[in-house]
Amino acid sequence: MSKEKSFTDQLWDFFCSLKLAIMTLLVLALTSIIGTVIEQNLAQQEYLQKYGMSEGTFRVLDALQFFDMYHSWWFLSLMGLFAVNLICCSIKRLPRIIKIVNEPVLVADDGLFRTFSNREEIVTADSLESVRDKAAALLGKRFAAPVITEQDGKIHLFSQKGAYSRFGVYVTHSSILIIFLGAMIGNVWGYKAYINIVEGSSINQVWPRVGKEPIPIGFDLRCDDFEVTFYDGGGRPKDFTSELVVLKDGQEILKKTIEVNDPLSYGGLTFYQSSYGPAGDPTFKFRVRERATGETVEVSAVQGRHVELPGGRSFAVNQFAPSYDKFGPAAQIHVNSADGTHGNPFILLKNFPEFDERRGGDYIFTLLEHQQRYYTGLQVAKDPGVWVVWLGCLLIVLGSMSAFFLSHRRLWVQIQPLDKGVGVKFGGNAHRNQPAFALFFDELKKELNDALTS
Amino acid sequence: MTSSLFFNITTIAYFAAMVVFILYLTAKNKTIGLVATLVCWAGFAANTVAIGLRWYEAYAMGYEQAPLSNLYESIVFFAWSILLIYLIFDLKYKQRAVGAFVVPFAFAGMIWAQWSLDATIQPLVPALQSNWLTYHVFTCFIGYAAFAMACGVSIMYLIKVGKEEHAAEESPIGGILGMFPSVKILDDLNYKAIMVGFPMLTLGIITGAAWANYAWGTYWSWDPKETWSLIVWFIYAAFLHARFTRGWVGRRAAWLSIFGFAATIFCYLGVNLVLSGLHSYGG
Ligand code: HEM
Repeated sequence: MSKEKSFTDQLWDFFCSLKLAIMTLLVLALTSIIGTVIEQNLAQQEYLQKYGMSEGTFRVLDALQFFDMYHSWWFLSLMGLFAVNLICCSIKRLPRIIKIVNEPVLVADDGLFRTFSNREEIVTADSLESVRDKAAALLGKRFAAPVITEQDGKIHLFSQKGAYSRFGVYVTHSSILIIFLGAMIGNVWGYKAYINIVEGSSINQVWPRVGKEPIPIGFDLRCDDFEVTFYDGGGRPKDFTSELVVLKDGQEILKKTIEVNDPLSYGGLTFYQSSYGPAGDPTFKFRVRERATGETVEVSAVQGRHVELPGGRSFAVNQFAPSYDKFGPAAQIHVNSADGTHGNPFILLKNFPEFDERRGGDYIFTLLEHQQRYYTGLQVAKDPGVWVVWLGCLLIVLGSMSAFFLSHRRLWVQIQPLDKGVGVKFGGNAHRNQPAFALFFDELKKELNDALTS
Repeated sequence: MTSSLFFNITTIAYFAAMVVFILYLTAKNKTIGLVATLVCWAGFAANTVAIGLRWYEAYAMGYEQAPLSNLYESIVFFAWSILLIYLIFDLKYKQRAVGAFVVPFAFAGMIWAQWSLDATIQPLVPALQSNWLTYHVFTCFIGYAAFAMACGVSIMYLIKVGKEEHAAEESPIGGILGMFPSVKILDDLNYKAIMVGFPMLTLGIITGAAWANYAWGTYWSWDPKETWSLIVWFIYAAFLHARFTRGWVGRRAAWLSIFGFAATIFCYLGVNLVLSGLHSYGG
């Protein structure tokens, strides 16, 4: 054989090498930082303003695809190199591992014994058969039943445990490829979209994040009700919920109240609660008492529109807050004087009906009811690859657990007749966690000594 | 009895443990080492009680949430995780001196939290109200804590191996370094800690992805926090594979481990304090 390796062999070795794997991992780690420092996918103008970039810098970084780096050709190529590396390395090593598992070395010669760091030699006056039976019994009891081979007048015992843990690493590695595959499926056949549905109405198409044409979803989705609740003491929303109904050909098929962290899934699509907003102006019901006359009326109002009051004056709602500081729902209104000029705005609190009494105005207002129609903002996701990704995740966990915590342990015994008595060689190894195996071996060694020499 | 009392006790206990560990190294007295470990257990117990009480206090205020909702709570939980991992390793490998290099991480966290972080109990925003938060944070933090352990051990390794090479061949190293485990054991402990941390971080990333998918419909969006956890994962994956090629054990492995922990800390704190993104519980 010539020492010069052909170019293809060199290339193959390059793609199989662990050094390449380490380098790729570190380069991936290093380059990934870029996208966490430069915010991704902004508009050109935002980059120029936010980062104080010159046009020139922008063009260079843009050419390097730093503004969408996780989808850039160079980052995807790195990922590709990583996958190829993983595949080549596995292809190269797998046959050897399969051989170790399927065709164990049943007969250990002296050369192999010398490679074991755990070994023992015993000489006993016992007979060959008796030594064989005792050793086999001990291995069977304390470890695993041995395979016995008789060859050239010597007897060989072999036992092993955890042979399949050799495949743990392959499970881990292939799971990474499975996750890649799942991500690709999602990218090709899935999409992300959003939709706003006003309470009481329904939709049958969604708007993709990229692209302009709406996508028909093949069923109707109706929002019957939307509600938002707030934490006491401020405008921090506690929860928002939408009552959704799936309809097909006018038939109600599925009903679910969704909230943040609890979406609705139907027909391969998932609808997530993501935002909300007012649809149209809020409406109110007030009770108004004229201080001078004591006359009381109930009036309805829509925000921003003037409503006549008894006595010729009018009022209008300026603003509404569903949760105003600690006080609950609040409306800010003003009363027009007789000549039509706006008076000073003041606040009504629904939870404190007597509050307006103290203002000392000509009219005393009580906020009785308020109603606000909302639209619910939903994100829509279709990802047929997600199950492949979860499968990969499951395998990566199982695989790395087995790779770290299980090991393939093997024990060999060689029994041969000597001029006087019988010579026994005992040795073994583990492919991982050697210290624990060494302890176990030392114990077993003692027991074997006791069994054979007593 | 409030949680803040127990958090104070925790901080004092970790400080005391540090001091006693240093005393142990200089005095070379086994009993002192045992005392240091017992102080660690006491601090760990106080830390556990404190977190439990805080959980209960939040419930009493009407918030059904695990005490992992803001930076203060996450730091004290991080300290707890470090002690958990350290004490497990101590039970298994009985290398007392390691405490002097691991417990300071927990103490630093506690003192920072006590001194300058907002400890008021706040309600969770809707996006974080999920059991996934608990699984996700728990797995990530056990991983981070194991990496802290690996980092401490690596620092010891680098100190010892440097002295060992300069020392005259015939004289064994005495002094404080004599109390350190051998470089072989330190190297092995580094590997063992990462072997615990790596699967935990893997689980942490997966639970994070599962939660993101459940709540937002995307399991991965290259948000800075996600990306940094992937960076940390890449570094430790490189570490594990480096063990199979010659030339990457020992010194280089120790540096890689320290480097990995620096990235971990950036992932945990730097992203919140320096960068912006989804995980803005730091405020
Ligand atoms: C981030 C991606 C990767 C992960 C999570 C991963 C995970 C693992 C794990 C957990 C082990 C077992 C470590 C141990 O026993 O201490 C391992 C071993 C190994 N990995 Fe990877 N790996 C990755 C990428 C790669 C790549 C790209 C290659 C390509 C060459 C590779 C080649 C190997 C080899 C040769 C082993 C040793 C197998 C043995 O024990 O016989 N790995 N990997």
